[in-house]
Amino acid sequence: MNISCFGLSHQTASVEIRERFAIADSALPEALLRLRAIDGVEEGLIVSTCNRTEFYVAGAISQLPAARFFAEFYNGLRTGDEPHFFGLWADHCVHHLFRVVSGLESMVIGETEIFGQVKRAYETAIREKATGRRLNKLFQKSFHVGKQVRSATAVGRGSISVASVAVDLAEQIFGKLDGCKIMVLGAGDTSEKMARSFKARGARQIFVSNRSFERAQVLAQETGGRALHFEEWEREFADLDILVASTSAPHAIVTVDKIAPVLRHRGDRPLFMIDVAVPRDIDPNVHRLDGVYVYDLDALQSMAERSMEARKQEAAGCDRLIAKHVVEFQTWIERSVPPMIGPVAMELPPS
Amino acid sequence: MHLDFVGSFIFVADRVWIWLATYCFILASAYSAYSLFSGKFMAPRLTFGLVVAGFICQTVFLGVRGHEVGRCPITNFCELLTFLSWSMILIYLVIGSSYRLSLLGVFTTPFASLLSVWALFLPEPSAVPVKHPVNPWLEAHTSFSIVACGAFALAGLAGLMYLIQERQLKTRRPSSVFFRLPPIRTLVVANSRLLWLGFGLFTIGLATGFMIGQDVDWRKVAWSLVVWALYGGILLARVRRTMAARWVATLSIIVFGLLLSMFWGIRFISDVPPVR
Repeated sequence: MNISCFGLSHQTASVEIRERFAIADSALPEALLRLRAIDGVEEGLIVSTCNRTEFYVAGAISQLPAARFFAEFYNGLRTGDEPHFFGLWADHCVHHLFRVVSGLESMVIGETEIFGQVKRAYETAIREKATGRRLNKLFQKSFHVGKQVRSATAVGRGSISVASVAVDLAEQIFGKLDGCKIMVLGAGDTSEKMARSFKARGARQIFVSNRSFERAQVLAQETGGRALHFEEWEREFADLDILVASTSAPHAIVTVDKIAPVLRHRGDRPLFMIDVAVPRDIDPNVHRLDGVYVYDLDALQSMAERSMEARKQEAAGCDRLIAKHVVEFQTWIERSVPPMIGPVAMELPPS
Repeated sequence: MHLDFVGSFIFVADRVWIWLATYCFILASAYSAYSLFSGKFMAPRLTFGLVVAGFICQTVFLGVRGHEVGRCPITNFCELLTFLSWSMILIYLVIGSSYRLSLLGVFTTPFASLLSVWALFLPEPSAVPVKHPVNPWLEAHTSFSIVACGAFALAGLAGLMYLIQERQLKTRRPSSVFFRLPPIRTLVVANSRLLWLGFGLFTIGLATGFMIGQDVDWRKVAWSLVVWALYGGILLARVRRTMAARWVATLSIIVFGLLLSMFWGIRFISDVPPVR
């Protein structure tokens, strides 16, 4: 199986190194031409993201040491570059690609962005006619594997950032967020992230209140919401579904005394409060009220950590699934393509 | 003696359908519980297919029995439990898709299995079912009352799911099950609609009961009025917003438990009153 991968990634190189070897989307067509021009490369494809630059090739070049490949492609290397590269051949290369597409090689295990990035890289290679029968089959198989890994295992499940955990919880309380009224108290970085996450999941009614009205207006504009003067937020409270509190107040500004009378008019509508302020903006006793759920930074962080741990544990199951597909691909290529030249070798990335 | 034998045989043959329905519901329960707790995505169509298959078996059983007795087949406790389970599944099949509550099946199928197993372990009647003259008021009364109980059963199950979700939110350590059950707001709405549906049907059942034209068994009337008043009270508290969703969910379960235990206690409709 004369298919191989030469690359470097966040596991082998720091960002300073990675950025020197990264290839912008606009430069990909030209890079693919250069790749095809290398002696022994019959088919080629380049995946270049912020975390990895990988060259997938089919042809007699397969067993070239990774550093030599990089030196040839980039017209020379700097001293000390060599240890950052890795080269994988035959089934090791196939296994690696399947892991990459499944998000198992990503910085955040199970993330889905890499799937789209590899798909775009494949589409570019197709457009530039840089791939052939072997790489086409390999990448199409990898997308099938990526989808299966995500649907059959829990590797992509559970949120791993505080903002996405909060939005997931909100969806489990209210269902769709498009009908929810959300108020963001405070207009700092955390509030901004939260507001953006809610907007991305379909929230339409976002109110922003901040001591500095100008900052509230800026955030409201960015999220398509409405700015409120800080003195006005309590007036809107009765109709709220979700409150994100992130002010720099030195004491709790949302207390049981303030909330309890409002709750009587809300009926059975739940109230979800996210307190990402330190010191906390919401009195912890508010969580004891019926139908009110208060999640502070620690609670959200702990959920994110548990999800990350669960994803890591799930990775072993994913590898078993991937191994079956590697064998299938191997069988296909042995039947369809002439046998590989020479023994299989591997140059593993430094641990 | 001969009639006894024939009657038992017919009933046993009918019961094959309950056995089949029970197998379907147990399989559906096991499959959906595994899917829920293992965290693996599995085909919900299989659960749905098994529920539909079980429902068809129950329908055949009730159809055969109805044909034999010449009226709505609620002449003994076995039929009563089957009719109750059938009503619950019918409402689940209708509302499950309407309110995107497919996971309600995870809770509905074990309960349907329980009712079916209970029905199967009841002693078999020894006589050929006696054909009574059909009294439409009695038919309407029994049918509406049992279908109402099916709606109350589902309301109780939605309430149970709400309490599970609520508990997980309050402990701030939601498990993977939390993210696979429906949102609590959806459960509140479903619980409320099922209570209203059950209450409406029960009211019709109660009203038609007074039209049967027989001697009134005041124990049954009193029991029915207590249940009606309890559900009415829950709904009134909801309308007036004086009861938190958690309490509504809890009471949906408690009152249904009471309803079920009274079924057993005074054998609600099993001793069919003679029709004049």
